[in-house]
Amino acid sequence: MTPLDEIQKRLLREVADLHEVPEGAYNIRSNSQSAGRRSTANIEIVSKQDVSGLEVRIRPGTKHESVHIPVVMTESGLKEVVYNDFFIGEDADVVIIAGCGIDNCGNQDSQHDGIHRFYLEKGAKVRYVEKHYGSGSGAGKRILNPGTEVYMKENSSMEMEMVQIKGVDDTERTTIAELDAGAKLVVRERLMTHGEQRAISTYSVNLNGTDSSADIVSRSVARDRSFQKFDAKIIGKAACSGHTECDSIIMDQGRILAVPGLEADHVDASLFHEAAIGKIAGEQLIKLMTLGLTEAEAEEQIINGFLR
Amino acid sequence: MLELINVSFQVESEGKGKEIVRDVSLTVPDRKLIVITGPNGGGKSTLAKLIAGIEKPTGGSIRLDGEDITDRNVTERARLGISYAFQQPVRFKGIRVLDLIRIAAGKTLSVADACEYLSSVGLCARDYMDREVNASLSGGELKRIEIATVLARHARLSVFDEPEAGIDLWSFRNLIDVFRNMRETIEDSSILIISHQERILAIADEIIVIKDGRVEKQGRREDVYPFLDADSAEKLTCEGGIRAMGKGGEAE
Repeated sequence: MTPLDEIQKRLLREVADLHEVPEGAYNIRSNSQSAGRRSTANIEIVSKQDVSGLEVRIRPGTKHESVHIPVVMTESGLKEVVYNDFFIGEDADVVIIAGCGIDNCGNQDSQHDGIHRFYLEKGAKVRYVEKHYGSGSGAGKRILNPGTEVYMKENSSMEMEMVQIKGVDDTERTTIAELDAGAKLVVRERLMTHGEQRAISTYSVNLNGTDSSADIVSRSVARDRSFQKFDAKIIGKAACSGHTECDSIIMDQGRILAVPGLEADHVDASLFHEAAIGKIAGEQLIKLMTLGLTEAEAEEQIINGFLR
Repeated sequence: MLELINVSFQVESEGKGKEIVRDVSLTVPDRKLIVITGPNGGGKSTLAKLIAGIEKPTGGSIRLDGEDITDRNVTERARLGISYAFQQPVRFKGIRVLDLIRIAAGKTLSVADACEYLSSVGLCARDYMDREVNASLSGGELKRIEIATVLARHARLSVFDEPEAGIDLWSFRNLIDVFRNMRETIEDSSILIISHQERILAIADEIIVIKDGRVEKQGRREDVYPFLDADSAEKLTCEGGIRAMGKGGEAE
């Protein structure tokens, strides 16, 4: 195990709000090495044998425990693919905090492709938080391609919060979910892109069981000359309910493409899509300016609130 | 003290210049509550926007405490002490009521202090602090929050553009108490309200009638108000305030 330097510690604070060693189970991955790991009585973390990655096993009935699995990269030119599998036992109720911070001061691209698979047993409940952050002044790109697969048994629920606000040059996020009866998936995605950044987020959610539901909401801001694509597809194969929403602010020469996709394969499937893209409303700026803010300060407040 | 000196505002309409405000001169003295009234489309709201800096006059000048602020922008005027309550409050996704009150106060208020402002506009403060200032709030709630943001600024001059617009009678009755209270505790400041509402006219120190972009009458309430009743009562009746009260079932 390697000790963390100051840059790595700063990345950890950004992606996992970690200031010290976390409570509960954790694995800290730093420049492709493990920089610390702890399993607990109910949560076991082991390395995969065939590929790079972890297996996290959470015992049935585990309540109010957390797993932190942050990744930090500070070596320019590092490219890695990591497979993490999570097995969440029946009626467990846990918080999983992932996240990846890349600091690239070099001229070569740094890339982390994290493939996370979640297997939720009956009645299991997961809150999953994933933050992405990039920094460093090198010409090398910071690239993150997260792939998430969620397999949900009866009456399980998963709440996913995905945040990428700063510094990641290129992202292709793919999320697939399969829901059995009574399962519930909630996704809250917050994204801001700058410069020449590109971010693509694709969802494919299958509502297979009666009374399963999915609610996918993306709030994003595209600045400078950045590009975003939000492509959310929900397929209703039973009496189910699905909702996707893309709510975006464009600034400068930013571009956003929202692609709604709803497929109802059952007469009792009820699916909705909403999308709104536009610049900041002039009256919002004026209201905050009448409270004494400059136009730039008003803009910052509006964006901070929007991406809260 | 606010002074408007020969203020005009003209817009281009179908290739022709249209005067919305024509050569208006008026004064809002310290420690006074002034109500501007008059028919719809007469230029009242434009006048309020000209004072807040949202619109720029095409002629004349505006002074605050003797300083010419005609070329000052919205932010600068706000910082000099002008506060402005929108007729139609603006909605924000993600900005909470607490955030807006804090921005208005210009400092990190404690939740308890922020609550005071909401309580003074008749909202049960703790229920609202964490709510977003968005479409989930009713018109009456938004209006009260709008007024609370103006109170939190402790401005030299507070301008309210039709505080009665878009709210129900019950909410409005409570708002009258807010303005009455503001009038009673007025110190080094002044209040300008644009309104058709006779209950607001009734608490004014002075009334200014604006019609066709011009000042038609101005003077002490005692001198203008009875004359309004005799001459312009019907016009006022048709314009929301008094008629709304009648519909609300209250015998005046």
